[in-house]
Amino acid sequence: MLAIIGTVPDQKFPITAGEISLKNDIICIQDKQVHVNRGTPALLAAAVKTGEVLGQSGFFGYLVGDIGLGEGSRRLYKYLAENFGRSDFSSIAFHYLQPDVDWHNRVLFAIEEMAERPILIADAGFMYAAKMSGQAASYDLFTPDVGELAFLADEEAPHPFYTRGFILQDEKRVPDLIKRAYKHNNGSRFLLVKGEKDYLADKDGIKATVDSPACEAMEAIGGTGDTLTGIAAALIESKMEISNAAIVAAKVNRLAGYYARPTPATQVIEIIEQIPRALKEILLEKAVLTK
Amino acid sequence: MSFLGFLKPKKRKKIVKSDQDRGILVFEHTSEVIRAESVLKESGWEIRVMGPPPEIQTGCDLVIEFPLIEELNILRTLQNAGIVPKDTVPVSSPLLHPVNLFQIKDFGRYLMVRAANMKLTVEKETLNIVNVSGGGCPDVPYLAQEMVGKSLLSAPNPRQIGHTLCGYALQLAYEEMLKQCSQ
Repeated sequence: MLAIIGTVPDQKFPITAGEISLKNDIICIQDKQVHVNRGTPALLAAAVKTGEVLGQSGFFGYLVGDIGLGEGSRRLYKYLAENFGRSDFSSIAFHYLQPDVDWHNRVLFAIEEMAERPILIADAGFMYAAKMSGQAASYDLFTPDVGELAFLADEEAPHPFYTRGFILQDEKRVPDLIKRAYKHNNGSRFLLVKGEKDYLADKDGIKATVDSPACEAMEAIGGTGDTLTGIAAALIESKMEISNAAIVAAKVNRLAGYYARPTPATQVIEIIEQIPRALKEILLEKAVLTK
Repeated sequence: MSFLGFLKPKKRKKIVKSDQDRGILVFEHTSEVIRAESVLKESGWEIRVMGPPPEIQTGCDLVIEFPLIEELNILRTLQNAGIVPKDTVPVSSPLLHPVNLFQIKDFGRYLMVRAANMKLTVEKETLNIVNVSGGGCPDVPYLAQEMVGKSLLSAPNPRQIGHTLCGYALQLAYEEMLKQCSQ
C-alpha cells in the first residue's frame, strides 16, 4: 500500500490517518474533508486520479494541520517515529512537512524497523530535511524543481533560500547541477527534476528528458509539482519500475496541463481533472510502442 | 547469507546529529542578546546562547542559535519586542546569505517573479495575485490560501503571516513584484 504524508493549511486539523478518497475537489480522510488547492491535498488528489485509471484504491494518508509554525509537523513526525516500524507500506511519499533534521532521522530509523523496506519518495519540506541530514541516498526518488535542485547541488546550503549565488538556478545548468548534487551525495537514487524540460537522472547521469507538450504557464501554477509527485507515487505503487514511472508521470503531468488549457491564473484542480484522460493516452501510446 | 540471517537484528545506520537546520542571530550588544534570549524562551523557542563562530567577525561576543527554518517567525517575534538582530546566518556555513537574484517572467497579461524556490504571479492590469507556487515549507499552502485572489496591494504579505524561510523567500518575491508593478 502507498502511504502519503504531509500537512494541510489549517492549524486545528489533528493528526489524521486513514484511507483517502476524492469527491470533486475535496479530499476525504476519516470524517474530515480538505479542499484540494495545492500542497499535499493536490498530491493526494493526483495519486487518487492516477489510481482510478490503474484500478488502485485505498491509498493511505497521514495528515496534520500546520501553517508553518512547525508544531503540527513535529507532532506528526513523533507519531510516525513511534508507529511506522509496525506498518507494512510498499511505498511512502513524504511531502510538505516542516524541515527538521532530528525528527527526519527518527522517522528514517522507524522505517528501518519495517519488515521490508518500502520505496521512499520525497518532495518539498521533507526532501529538504533529507538533504540536510545527509541521508539523501536513502531515498529512491526526489522530485525537485530547478531552485530546489540548486539547493541539492549546494553542499553548504541549509535551505533553497540560502543557495549560493554562483550556483545559478538556470534551466540550462540542470545537467551540471545534477552532477554536483550526486558528487556531494545529495541525490536520491533517482532524481526527477521538473522544469521547462523534465529530467530523469541517477548517479551515472541523465537517463531521459521530457519536454512536450510545453505549456509555459505551468511554471506559475501552484501545485503542478505536487501533482507530478502524486502521479509518480501511484505509478510506482502499481509496480511500474521507478525510472519508468517517473518518465510516464512527467509526460502525464504535462499532457494533463495541456488539456487544461492553462494560463498563469489556472488553479491546479483544473489540471488534476485531466489526469485520467492524459494517463490513458500515455499508457496507450506506450502499449502501442512496445507491441 | 546464512539461512538464520533474518533472525539477526537489523543494523541501524549511525546518523550523526546535524546542525544544518540551525541558524545564528548576531547582535550588536550583549544586552540585546540577553533580552532576545528571554523573549524567545518565553515564546517557547528552542534556542541557546553561545560564542560566535570564527567566521563572524562583527557583533558582540555572544550569539543565539535558533531553528533556521523558522527564521521569519523568530524575526517577527523579536521585532515585536523591539529587538533587531544585526545579522542572521546558518550555523553550518555562517558566510551564506539569502539569495538576492530574482527571475522575472512576463506572460503578457501576467507577471511572475521568482525568488529562490518561490514564485508569485500577478495579473498586471488588476494587480490581483493569481498564483503562488514553489516552496516546501508548510506555510506555503497557507500563504497561497490567504493571498491568491486578493490584490497585491491589500493581501496580507508573507512577512506578516509567513513563518519559514520559504515564507521569507515569498516576501522577497512580493517586494520585487511591488517594485516591478510600480515601474
